[in-house]
Amino acid sequence: MLSIKDLHIEVNGTQILAGVGLDIKPGEIHAILGPNGSGKSTLAHALMGNPKYKVVKGKIELDRKNINGLKANERAARGLFLAFQQPKEITGVRVATFIQAASSALRKAQGKKPLNAIELRTALSENLSKFSLEPGFINRNVNEGFSGGEKKKFEALQMVMFSPKYAILDEIDSGLDIDALKNVAAAIKKLCKRKSGVLIITHSTKILHYLKPKHVHVMIKGKIVMSGGSGLAEKIEKKGFKSF
Amino acid sequence: MKISKLQLDDRIKALKKTLQSANPSGYITNAKKGLSRGLIEAISKEKNEPAWMTELRLRSLETFFKKPMPSFGPDISGLNFEEIIYYAKPGEILNSNSWENVPADIKKTFERLGIPQAERKYLAGAGAQYESENVYHRLKEKWAKFGVIFEDMDSALKLYPDLVRQYFMKCVSANDHKFAALHGAVWSGGTFIYIPNGVKVDQPLQAYFRMNASSMGQFEHTIIIVGENAKGSYIEGCSAPKYESPSLHAGMVEIFVKEGGSFRYSSVENWSLNTYNLNTKRAIVEKNGTIEWIGGNLGSKATMLYPCSILKGEGARANHLGMAYANKNQTQDTGAKVIHAAPNTTSEIIMKSICKNGGSSVYRGDVKILKGAKGSSAHIKCDSLLLDDISHAQTIPEMDVKENDVFASHEASVGKIAEDKLFYCMSRGMSEEEAVGLIVNGFIEPIIKEMPLEYAVELNRLMEIS
Repeated sequence: MLSIKDLHIEVNGTQILAGVGLDIKPGEIHAILGPNGSGKSTLAHALMGNPKYKVVKGKIELDRKNINGLKANERAARGLFLAFQQPKEITGVRVATFIQAASSALRKAQGKKPLNAIELRTALSENLSKFSLEPGFINRNVNEGFSGGEKKKFEALQMVMFSPKYAILDEIDSGLDIDALKNVAAAIKKLCKRKSGVLIITHSTKILHYLKPKHVHVMIKGKIVMSGGSGLAEKIEKKGFKSF
Repeated sequence: MKISKLQLDDRIKALKKTLQSANPSGYITNAKKGLSRGLIEAISKEKNEPAWMTELRLRSLETFFKKPMPSFGPDISGLNFEEIIYYAKPGEILNSNSWENVPADIKKTFERLGIPQAERKYLAGAGAQYESENVYHRLKEKWAKFGVIFEDMDSALKLYPDLVRQYFMKCVSANDHKFAALHGAVWSGGTFIYIPNGVKVDQPLQAYFRMNASSMGQFEHTIIIVGENAKGSYIEGCSAPKYESPSLHAGMVEIFVKEGGSFRYSSVENWSLNTYNLNTKRAIVEKNGTIEWIGGNLGSKATMLYPCSILKGEGARANHLGMAYANKNQTQDTGAKVIHAAPNTTSEIIMKSICKNGGSSVYRGDVKILKGAKGSSAHIKCDSLLLDDISHAQTIPEMDVKENDVFASHEASVGKIAEDKLFYCMSRGMSEEEAVGLIVNGFIEPIIKEMPLEYAVELNRLMEIS
């Protein structure tokens, strides 16, 4: 279980999260909705261990272990994954090189043998076609010159490649066309079927039509102000966040 | 030419060991330190040189004594000219075209550096210099038949005296600066390449320069003549083991690219931390000719190196690609010089530097577009990456444009690795070190990808960032 307990987060001395609590069990999909600036991305980065985001109170537990003090790579090794809202460009590093470096680092930390070049290539090309990315995509530099949609597809592709225990997906739906949205949603569902927990952060409810999450939370000003079922998402779709 | 990671690890281990350790050097016990007219005459006599060369050496020595030390650049005050051995022959050996005849310890060093292996695999020809003299030189038969000449400079002077005289120090004169003058006086060894008109050598030629003994000076002279519409490439590698007392490397490279010719000169210089690397490299490019400089500097205590392209003919082009890595107690003062002396000439300079553990790098550029060089364009891009707070990088770009109808641009950046990029990589499972290594490799990728594969792989690993 990924368990967030009374989490208070500061960035550059300013409090952004003011006590967030949430439990995500294996196989569950949780959605967090909220207006811009409500602290959704802060939560995502804090969960992954971005050093800019200081935990001033509360804790994050991954399978009952407090991971507050762990670095991002150590969290990744324990099965946490973050799809970035704004994926970073790594100049001069090809997608294939990046995936290979990440995959072997992850597997090493998990005590697994690294995939050989052929295994990795095969897995990569299968997943590329899942998100209708061209084979030549692996020779492009990471996120450099990618369209908004390509960036999100690449995040989804990494999610699939690394099959994390818990995936935090920060606006993975933005910039995707309808077909791509369906593909990404299918990949998320598949991940859940394999008992991974998913936290999807969005400010649009479109992807939720495909995912039908049983747990929907509304975040306003650094707090979860309401939690409910899929009905809550429908309500927000109609009325917006004004009523909260 | 794919090599497994394990093989590579072994090779890098062996390479590092070789780079740091020296062979016995009993042969220098009688070698004299310091400079004198007598020494110059003795070198010239030993080499049995023609009178014009002896005179050139002696004139250069006079110039050396008169010239001041450079007024810019890194601190080279630790260099004492009286404490350097200017000429040493590694025993009674002769330059050979068979590795079998190279003395065992020297041969072993070059094997560890991968020279004979590379020669077998992909080179058109290979040379190996040890201290002041070449111990091996060979051009594949195929290229000899086309009239290509690939010799060590001393042999070339004997075999092709007129050709050498026509070009020797005609691109860089002893009057240029103090170290050019010193070079003219004490030069020994180096490479001579001649590619006849229309001949395209599609495999690279390579020479490796190794200093072995303490307090050595190495002053190899390289001349490359690229005929009309001819094409070729040449790779130089350099290294030396580490000693307490300073060593000096002041080589010179002169390249002449004739009309429509094109040449790529690559070098990876990995001198030890006690070496002052004060090099002069220059090319004169005729109409529609192309020169490409690919350089990697990662060793030495202080390097001053600014390859220069003189674009003499209309439509001539120069590409300068360089990377410098400055670690603790190192200053890499490198850059490029381009003179646009004819219309429609083009130059591009891309430099990348990485500084770590208090190392310091300087990009020093000088691009001149002369009056009359209409339609010319010059583009400079230099980026520095600082891996900590105690390292330094500086950019000193000079541009002197005397013509209106031209395009000139300059971009520069100095910075540390962005935290958010580091976090992105780490969120994917990479440790901080692995993430830094990956980002650094990406940073120098534009240069590395132009280097010969084996050098590129080794360069990455030798920097010990990843």
